[in-house]
Amino acid sequence: MGLAGFEVEVQRQTEGGGLVTEDMTLNMGPQHPSTHGVLRFVVRADGEVMKEALPDVGYLHRSIEKIAEKVGWHGFLPYTDRVDYVAAMFCNHGWAMACEQLAGIAVPRRGEYCRVIADEMCRLHSHLLSVGSMAMDLGAFTPFTHAIREREYLNDLFEELCGARLTFHYMRIGGVGWDLPPGFGDKLAHFLDRFEPLIDEYDRLISYNKIYTERLAGVAVISPQDAIDYNLVGPNLRGSGIRYDVRRDDPYSVYPELDFEVPVGRGELGVLGDCFDRYIVRVREMRESCRILRQCLRQIPDGPVIAKVPRNFKPPAGDCYVRVESARGDMGWYVVSDGTAFPHRCKIRTGSFAAISMIPRLSRGLMLADLVAVIASLDLVAPEIDR
Amino acid sequence: MSELVDRLVANGTLPAVLPLWVWQLGAMVLFGSIVVFLFVLPVAGITTWVERRIMARMQSRIGPNRTGPVGFLQWLADGVKNLLKEDIVPAAADARLFRAAPYVVIVGFVATFAAIPFSSALIIADLDIGILYVTAVTALVVVGILMAGWSSNNKWALLGGIRSAAQIVSYEIPAGLSIFPAVLLAGTLSMQGIIAAQGPAPWQWFVFDNPFAFCAFVVLFTASLAEGNRTPFDLPEAESELVAGFATEYSGMRNLLFFMAEWGNLYVIGAIATTLFLGGWQIPWALEGHPVLRHLLETLTFVVKASVVGILLPIWLRWTLPRVRVDQMMVMCWKYLVPIALVNLLGTAMWVVAFPNGLLPIRLALLALTVCAAALFVRRVIFHLRNARLGREHLSFNPLATARSPG
Repeated sequence: MGLAGFEVEVQRQTEGGGLVTEDMTLNMGPQHPSTHGVLRFVVRADGEVMKEALPDVGYLHRSIEKIAEKVGWHGFLPYTDRVDYVAAMFCNHGWAMACEQLAGIAVPRRGEYCRVIADEMCRLHSHLLSVGSMAMDLGAFTPFTHAIREREYLNDLFEELCGARLTFHYMRIGGVGWDLPPGFGDKLAHFLDRFEPLIDEYDRLISYNKIYTERLAGVAVISPQDAIDYNLVGPNLRGSGIRYDVRRDDPYSVYPELDFEVPVGRGELGVLGDCFDRYIVRVREMRESCRILRQCLRQIPDGPVIAKVPRNFKPPAGDCYVRVESARGDMGWYVVSDGTAFPHRCKIRTGSFAAISMIPRLSRGLMLADLVAVIASLDLVAPEIDR
Repeated sequence: MSELVDRLVANGTLPAVLPLWVWQLGAMVLFGSIVVFLFVLPVAGITTWVERRIMARMQSRIGPNRTGPVGFLQWLADGVKNLLKEDIVPAAADARLFRAAPYVVIVGFVATFAAIPFSSALIIADLDIGILYVTAVTALVVVGILMAGWSSNNKWALLGGIRSAAQIVSYEIPAGLSIFPAVLLAGTLSMQGIIAAQGPAPWQWFVFDNPFAFCAFVVLFTASLAEGNRTPFDLPEAESELVAGFATEYSGMRNLLFFMAEWGNLYVIGAIATTLFLGGWQIPWALEGHPVLRHLLETLTFVVKASVVGILLPIWLRWTLPRVRVDQMMVMCWKYLVPIALVNLLGTAMWVVAFPNGLLPIRLALLALTVCAAALFVRRVIFHLRNARLGREHLSFNPLATARSPG
């Protein structure tokens, strides 16, 4: 089997002057049950103990940034859904915000609230998948189905909101596509009433399960300094104890008007910055998202949801960098306009790409089974890595 | 079994033209095939259906419900489907070993039934060393799994095979050590002898005989889970780590044979635990005049006990717990289970010397303790169900369908 670019040197060691052993090169992915999507790792292992796990990215590369230069400002919005299909709302939001900043468009307040509601629902949606699939990767299938059950209700809500269940295309430049449908607030509140106690149930079911915590605590520790050096963002960074959240530190939309906590890892069951911290930060963020959603439902004003934006949208020449706090952390959009109907350049900075660069270092000396836990705890999503 | 044949030959039902051993052998083969084809293989199949239904309930799903009443025939449909699938042998595989491996596994599993009792008379061969024989042939399964892992010529399969070998060989030790307390108490290795030494009432079972035997039962159950490759010890086929472990390259019926052995082994786990610790087929009535009814009742008792301990409990654990890591699995075996099992063995030996007839108060106390623990647990489950307001009507509760909508 050719491992292009990964010719691993066969190491011959003599241990105690007798047995000659060779490392085993394992090809994990692109089709492997726990590399969700099409991740690929080339693992050099000595039996069960990994010496190195090299990520091989690019299997899902679709040149989305290049497409932006060809399809125009409005036309690129549906493509942003595919940047991170597990949390598509944030990509919508990032692109729309970048365009608005370039053209100096003010979004109506109701539109901003609709955006935040959609964002936080999407965060729940993404974190549910993340914590659920993490449990599944560690061999517990039931928590996954419980998480997916709740996610299904969110999908129904999204379907009501924008007609799509995964790739939403809800936001538009200047606001959102549709106002909240009649009765949506009640349904969302009803969902939250049910969902919040279920987070406790989830904790009882899996989070503090002895086997589960033993598998996660103290595994793949990322120190706060390493987390900053490797440019980790979002729950991965906060898992290492650094209280940084774009919603709070570089606020956008209506987040300054909302009251919420930024949970960070505390190393409560092992070392600060281990897999468990990253996991539990996501669980706690779900609670905060519920809180934000309730506030939004209370505070949402009446009015239009979208500003007047010309169909032939041509923002003045210039560039901008906007950041949104995606489910996977600080997502940056650098957009350059040359004053035409097409963006000159678009660069998307995503959290998963930074996180996957940490894997070769984290995986050293871990067991093969831990690699699965590390991948799950970093919440890697293949399309977001490759774009 | 042999007494039955002796009696039938003596009273002329079976003509004496053939020597007695031929009849004996014939009876063994006949009963053996009945057991294998009418009991073992269906049990392995039905267990899959039971497991899928229970797991679906635990996961707020419905589970198979299309084939036959409440999906009962699903296991047959799956079997037929797998028979019709292509049997692929990878080009780079060691074809002979690859083809033979599932048979070794299935032989290791079916052969245990030779010494597993169903009632006081129904046992294929009541060997003097019955329980040792069962331990020995179940170890054959690991040979098959290792063969499968090696011959597949696939690194994931190899890792699965190696894990399985390490796991089963390690857990044989606490399992073996936990068998001996029961053997000490009964004074025999014969399966029927061990059951006969117990009584029908729970306080007459070996599990409640003394605290050491009780611990030995728990250790045996844990070790059996590991030997049967069940969660939390399903490392050899850990689907999220090793794709499908030793069975990665298998398809069709050969793949099914592995899983048949796995599910069938659940019954074996239950049967061994029932025989050693839970009073086996003992029923409180002698029923001298009704041998058929008596054996039916005994068989029923045994199968129910074995199914609860061997099938329902592991299924429940499997769909609740995550999987342990390889090193944790080893640590658990060598650092905890083996010393505990040794202490149990010594403790039981001393107990047998000190109290040859057992202590009724201790037996009753242990039974009461177990009942209390079970009751507390059930109460807790009910409490949580109420707390979560998840009654039966709420199991399919959709917050969106019932939301108050002004529009």
